Amino acid sequence: MRKTMQTTRWRSATMLALATLAMIGCRGSGDAGGDKGDKNGEKKAEGPQNTTITWWDTSDSTNEAPKFKDLIQKFQAKYPNIKVEYQNIPFEQARDKFKTAAQANTAPDVMRAEVGWTAEFASLRFLAPLEGTPAAADAADYLPAPLASNKFGGKLFGVPQVTDVLALLYNKGLLEKAGVKEPPTTMAELKTAALAVKAKAGADGLYLNPGGYFLLPFIYGAGGDLVNADEKKITVNTPEAVKGLEVALDLIKSGAAAKPDLNSGYNQMQAGFKDGKVAMVINGPWSVADDFSGKAFADKGNLGIAPVPAGSTGKAGSPMGGHNYVVYAGSKNLTASYQFIQFMNSAENQAYLAKELGLLPTRSSAYSLPDTAANAVVPKFRAVIDKAVVRPTIPQAGQLLIPLDQQYPRAVSGDKTPQAALDTVANDYKQILKDWK
Amino acid sequence: MAAGRLARSWDKHKYAWGMAFPVVLVLGVLVGYPLYRGVYLSFTDANEQNVAATIGALQVPDSFSFVGLRNYIDVLFGPNTKFWAVLGRTVVWTISCVFFHYTIGLGLALLLNREVRGRSLYRVLLILPWAVPSFVSAFAWKLILARDNGIVNHVLGTLGLGTFDWLGSDTLAFISVIGINIWVGVPFNMVALLGGLQAIPAELYEAAEVDGASPWQRFWHITFPGLRTVSASIILLGVIWSFNLFAIIFLVTRGGPGDSTQILVTYAFSAAFEGIRDYAVAATYGILILGVLLAYATVYRRALRASGEVW
Repeated sequence: MRKTMQTTRWRSATMLALATLAMIGCRGSGDAGGDKGDKNGEKKAEGPQNTTITWWDTSDSTNEAPKFKDLIQKFQAKYPNIKVEYQNIPFEQARDKFKTAAQANTAPDVMRAEVGWTAEFASLRFLAPLEGTPAAADAADYLPAPLASNKFGGKLFGVPQVTDVLALLYNKGLLEKAGVKEPPTTMAELKTAALAVKAKAGADGLYLNPGGYFLLPFIYGAGGDLVNADEKKITVNTPEAVKGLEVALDLIKSGAAAKPDLNSGYNQMQAGFKDGKVAMVINGPWSVADDFSGKAFADKGNLGIAPVPAGSTGKAGSPMGGHNYVVYAGSKNLTASYQFIQFMNSAENQAYLAKELGLLPTRSSAYSLPDTAANAVVPKFRAVIDKAVVRPTIPQAGQLLIPLDQQYPRAVSGDKTPQAALDTVANDYKQILKDWK
Repeated sequence: MAAGRLARSWDKHKYAWGMAFPVVLVLGVLVGYPLYRGVYLSFTDANEQNVAATIGALQVPDSFSFVGLRNYIDVLFGPNTKFWAVLGRTVVWTISCVFFHYTIGLGLALLLNREVRGRSLYRVLLILPWAVPSFVSAFAWKLILARDNGIVNHVLGTLGLGTFDWLGSDTLAFISVIGINIWVGVPFNMVALLGGLQAIPAELYEAAEVDGASPWQRFWHITFPGLRTVSASIILLGVIWSFNLFAIIFLVTRGGPGDSTQILVTYAFSAAFEGIRDYAVAATYGILILGVLLAYATVYRRALRASGEVW
């Protein structure tokens, strides 16, 4: 009851303030200032009156979330009128949770959406277009590839918060022990290096996580792709893609890569790498904070980062991942949400996250800031980003990895031939992408 | 004829009908309406993109249309349908779970039905798997059975028996989830059967002993028939529960590797909810599962009636 009283009071206060502004004919001149006790004379740049916005963050709650909370603290200091309610939602559940909430008008104002979800949310009418709002200010500063994942039907529905690419992470000490001077640059070199580690350094040379996303560098490297969105074609079972899968399987069969755990591959990969039992993994910048918590990388200098080795085409192909800030179309606080995103995504704040967490900025100007340059990891990824492969921005993008997640392990266990496994994936795609060839 | 009977019953039991009315009403709201809605949706092409949504000030109305039997034809006979394979696996899963639930539960109940020192302690310990929330059991078993650092493989390896990929290979993963579900479900069966055992009059056993019946004969001619009512109920319940048991499989293997451990409910979930949510297909699976279980329950009741049970 009291709460409603208060909101009505605030609402009338806001009305009054707006009316006053209109009467005085004062336009927000855009300079942040006006630090006078007189509430009604506030400039527009100070933001809307006492609103609360909710942000659903899907970052890692132990390693990453505290830093995002630091930024929120700074935001609160700058905009005391906008209260930010922070909620950390586990990444696995976030997509489902957001869709359920968005359908029923209970979604958060701002959401951190994975690049594969953005087009889907937009196709379901859940997102507010950001073109021309403060949230999308200086869009030209964003790297083209991460920005592309926010476009759907010719409109811009988000701005990229962070980008990521898969890279080859390696334990320098173990490679040295095995006499490997340079990190491998081709799949063939990768195999030789991994076998050398196994023979000389008493550790597994490589651990491949048997998840669909982690198979993409092999498929891209062999000149294949999952789908061709321009021609509406399913290409996951073309000879090129099959060849890519065969390269990955050969690494496992030959003993160059450890036999992966098909039930919890990612966790086992991380555990082995952190303990110094595995010399090389293919993983993204999000895992670096986790790596540093392991005993193998107590000396951070021991972690090496190189582009994913090139496949038979001679080119390295690594999928572009990352997350975007999107605004719920039903938000009652659009203005505050835009301001929040604009603040969170400023070049300085992206650089802060890069310095603290090794997350890759999406603004080109953030890369030239000293904070970013000082990070041990980020500049090394910069070279990889420009060559990253952008996945198709179709509403079904988020679904494409699921069949691959299911069939890649079948091929690893030998239950299916590579061709049969990818044929099954192609069949599943036909269910997802109706009327594609 | 039937109407006449109904009218007579109305005259005779007005009070009883009045007392039952609130229950009928509540069931109608809680069960009847959702069921009707489910059947209705399965004849449409409702999905996330065309159902009503409230997005801020924007009210989007329903825009899905009636498609008749198309969903059923697609699910049952569509190209590359997996329905029948998954149904077969669900039947194997259900039969193995219920069989072991019942036999192991009965064995434990017989052990606990005599004077043993510390009987109540055993009872508490044996109830434990059932009392633990299922997600806790699922994750605990995931760790126990893990290929590389799981305790099971560690013990087997130490004994020199070799290690197995319990959750990573098709057949073993299926056996593992059945095993986990058996572990979870035995206590309920044990408690129910223990109750049944204690209801069998001791005089019967005394009389049998006087007549010189062997323990085996006593079990087959007194215990087993005496448990008939309880058994009938828990087997019926067990079949329905196992058939629709979602949590264990979903949490332990997610239906994987591939979809070698999918049963109908988990498969329906992944078919309908992993991408753009397809409410119509989800409803279709729901109705099909309901149909299978209704058919089973009907046959089961007939069989019991024929053998003289009151149902």
